[in-house]
Amino acid sequence: MAHMNPTPVLEAGQDKTMVLNMGPQHPSTHGVLRLLLEIDGETIVRIMPDIGYLHTGIEKTCEAKFYQQVVPMTDRIDYLCPMTNNLAYVLAVEKLLGLEIPERAQWIRVLCNELTRINSHLVWLGTGAMDLGAMTVFLYCFREREELLKLFEAVAGQRMMTSYFRVGGVSLEPPLGWFDRVKKFADTFPSKMDEYEGLLTQNPIFVMRTKGVAKITKEDALALGASGPTLRGSGIDFDLRRDMPYSGYDKFKFNVPVKTEGDVYARYQCRIAELRESCKIVQQALAGMPEGSIKADAPKVVLPDREKMKTQMESLIYHFKIVTEGFTVPPGEVYSAIESPRGEMGYYIVSDGTAKPYRVHMRSPSFANLQMLPSMCTGQLLADVVAAIGSIDIVLGDCDR
Amino acid sequence: MPLEPAITDVEQLKDKPALAKLLASDSIVVEQVKWDRDELSIWVSRESLVDAVKLLRDSSETQFTFLSDVTCTDWYPSEPRFEVSYHFLSIPRKDRVRLKVKLLGDDAQVDSLFSVFPSCNFFEREVFDLFGVRFHGHPNLARIMMPEDWKGHPLRKDYPVEGYR
Repeated sequence: MAHMNPTPVLEAGQDKTMVLNMGPQHPSTHGVLRLLLEIDGETIVRIMPDIGYLHTGIEKTCEAKFYQQVVPMTDRIDYLCPMTNNLAYVLAVEKLLGLEIPERAQWIRVLCNELTRINSHLVWLGTGAMDLGAMTVFLYCFREREELLKLFEAVAGQRMMTSYFRVGGVSLEPPLGWFDRVKKFADTFPSKMDEYEGLLTQNPIFVMRTKGVAKITKEDALALGASGPTLRGSGIDFDLRRDMPYSGYDKFKFNVPVKTEGDVYARYQCRIAELRESCKIVQQALAGMPEGSIKADAPKVVLPDREKMKTQMESLIYHFKIVTEGFTVPPGEVYSAIESPRGEMGYYIVSDGTAKPYRVHMRSPSFANLQMLPSMCTGQLLADVVAAIGSIDIVLGDCDR
Repeated sequence: MPLEPAITDVEQLKDKPALAKLLASDSIVVEQVKWDRDELSIWVSRESLVDAVKLLRDSSETQFTFLSDVTCTDWYPSEPRFEVSYHFLSIPRKDRVRLKVKLLGDDAQVDSLFSVFPSCNFFEREVFDLFGVRFHGHPNLARIMMPEDWKGHPLRKDYPVEGYR
């Protein structure tokens, strides 16, 4: 693991190698990732990722907000899977509060979560394939993503920054006919998957660009803190949804796709299989959606229904107090992690007993997974770096603090 | 599930494998423990951190082979000011543990875990950048989020939310 040593600022070696800047604004760096490459001809000698161009200051901002005001901030960390981030955050706060969530709210959360996973993987598939020159897949993926965004808009009022989940449940009951629309999407989606796979899986150019490229062994992946499909592509059978279930995931039946090769193609196969599995979970959630409330019975934490506020004085008072003063959380700390499309998304929240979190830390999968890039790319060709970045599926908002 | 009070008594928590393992070794100083909201936190002394991590990783009863996260909490103005927390995951045992180290404000440095977990590379750089905690033995302890010439450490509590003007 000699190449795992992080190299200090790169300088060109004597007349053999040169230093090349890739990014931060290049489309194949998926956002604002700058890569410093030391190359010998077209072979990568050393590679150093340089991040932190977004400067969101998100953790610092969270310390100045009430607990419920942090939910919209979590959307903006990983803007491709806002609902998974919402879920990770609200689960952590609920754990701090010791709050029980009604079953219907949990199932709606799982449903939305899996739709978000499909949404995120579609962007990965589209952009990752486009990095390798497959334009059609990109257009097809965004066609299906558009459908999903319309579904999100119908349920949350927003296409991308949904902020749909609340501490104690979800914000609103899905509108009439929404579940039917989701069902229609889930029924047709597998056939769309066949289209993508028809374009890529056996495509000789795609296979040559991905098989055996940017390999990472099981041991390296584990030692470097990889998670999600990046870890499973290297042969470790671990999925938080199945192995440490949260939010009622233990009631669903799904497979965890694992590949042992650890190359770009293996990660591709893992995510493709995951898309189909997510679709199955969506079908199960639709079939077994329980009746009941979408909010926990905790008037001091959960905002009352609009209707109640018009008729009951107490509801109006609670609403006023939650909005203006927030709710207090017993002192303590939790680390709560979920399986986001990219891997383990964890929230570490420290409460000092007031209405504002003392410390919110996000353990984001993209940040940890990015550490593998030097191990993957050293000795590979320049064009393989593009394939490797796509296969890690990074989101730079997720890397930033 | 109403909250249960936290357990801080070492005797009551002795059956937790991670704690039992650390207590059994005489080179490791366990300062404090807490079982709260189904999560185990163990405070170890700064000197015994690397040994403790190595023990938890290699022992067959614990197998904490995955470092999820490294982060820090600033308790300004109280002392010890910083609390660096390490979150470990055991994939075979499906268990988590949190190790913590307390650091004084004017002596905020701790040994790097790089030799045990290479994944702490970015995590420790992040903590260094945003809190100013130094990690001994880290091969490239440079800022990662902020520009190289940035003054101050933004996540410290005495750093204003809107920055210096």
